[in-house]
Amino acid sequence: MSGAERPTLSRAQIAACVAASLQDGWYVNVGIGMPTLVPNHLPPAVEIVIHSENGILGVGPTPAPEMADPDLVNAGRELVTLLPGASLFSHLESFAMIRGGHLDVAILGGYQVSEGGDLANWTVKGAELGNPGGAMDLAVGAKRVFVMMEHVTRDGALKIVRACDYPLTGIACVTTIFTDVAVIDVTPAGLVLREVAPGWDPAAVQAITEPRLLVPAPPRTIGG
Amino acid sequence: MSTTIVVLPGRRSDTVRFALRESTRRVHVGTYTAAVIDKRVASLAAALDGLADGATVMVGGFGGSGYPAELVSALRERGTRDLTLVANNAGTAATGVGVLIANRQVRKLICSFPLGRHVREGMETFWDLYHAGALQVEILPQGTLVERIRAGGAGIPAFYTPTGPGTMLARDKEIRTIGGRACVLETAIVAEFALVRAAIADRTGNLVYRRAQRNFNTAMATAARTTVAEVYEVVAAGALDPEVIATPGIFVDRVVVVADDRPSRRVYGQAG
Repeated sequence: MSGAERPTLSRAQIAACVAASLQDGWYVNVGIGMPTLVPNHLPPAVEIVIHSENGILGVGPTPAPEMADPDLVNAGRELVTLLPGASLFSHLESFAMIRGGHLDVAILGGYQVSEGGDLANWTVKGAELGNPGGAMDLAVGAKRVFVMMEHVTRDGALKIVRACDYPLTGIACVTTIFTDVAVIDVTPAGLVLREVAPGWDPAAVQAITEPRLLVPAPPRTIGG
Repeated sequence: MSTTIVVLPGRRSDTVRFALRESTRRVHVGTYTAAVIDKRVASLAAALDGLADGATVMVGGFGGSGYPAELVSALRERGTRDLTLVANNAGTAATGVGVLIANRQVRKLICSFPLGRHVREGMETFWDLYHAGALQVEILPQGTLVERIRAGGAGIPAFYTPTGPGTMLARDKEIRTIGGRACVLETAIVAEFALVRAAIADRTGNLVYRRAQRNFNTAMATAARTTVAEVYEVVAAGALDPEVIATPGIFVDRVVVVADDRPSRRVYGQAG
């Protein structure tokens, strides 16, 4: 059975999988794009503090229209709220948190991740310009970098590769890759397949992954 | 016998009650008012006085929060050309500093996020100028952008950072290994003008912000020869709690009042 015929996880399911990997008390930066779905999937009674690069710790959910405040937006310029215990600050403190190693994890989108944990996510190959935003700072500064992305492109091109050919965001910076078919840890020994989506097995994930996957133990089934 | 001045309780805005003492004996009680420093200017046009062709201009704000919309409109009216803009985003022909680009006033943009959600829509002049070589775009990681501004304001000529080595953005920059990590040398950015928005100023230029307005504004305010703040309200010195002032007035040269477009949301010092 080819990869295309197996069910893949929805973006919401990937977000739920990432959310389940966050630990109580962590300070977490959520990048724009798919990562913005993660806070919606945090288990209740877990206290995770969401950081927004424009100067917020304790980002809360989207406001009701009457609560919307145009001066309170997140990194994706979406309207947000503040949770109890929130704080506000400038880009100076915000990037001191990022670059100074104070964030427990940054959750970023990705175009490609290499075997060694290099990340490409700020511009596509051959583009004239791109938007690094805070991604390069997060890639080198956060204690952990989780990347959320589809396992292959819409055209079937592999995104987990031996070496990125898209412009790099950071070198050897990725901790864990969360895709629509698997959860893969980047380790000094290589890529370790930790979890697979229902209906997938290591051989099927390997078939759409360029570098060799290590499978030291039978992978857990995501959501299982 | 020594004569001393002590400040008495009951201080009001812009005035200080004091007592003159000889030893422990009060010989005089009075009030003192100093209102020499006054950074208010009467109009947006006056706020931009002296902003010349070829100037480097920092524009604060992030996603509309803390964005000095009225000063940017006034700069567009003014028509000043060949500007180097330092701003996080490029905006579009209708939004943000993009209005200055679309009006062909910008020679160079230093930013971290040049392309918005719409790479083409509203970006026609941007791309025309860019392709013609009439608009240079220097892209920086956002943390490097704000740190270069901070360095400019703090008198630090350059610094090394581990953000960027191995990427296109560090090409042609000096790389040095420090503590086992590759670091890139980044130089300070300073400007002739910084345009910022805050919520309230006092007449001495102290600024307080609301919600996420601080973003780039506090750094940019330190890094320009002339910093102009647009605010919703100017109050007397002493009316702002010194503990909540995020930009001390030493960094601010001009204050101009603009219409408060968020009147129902002005809450300071309390949650809600």
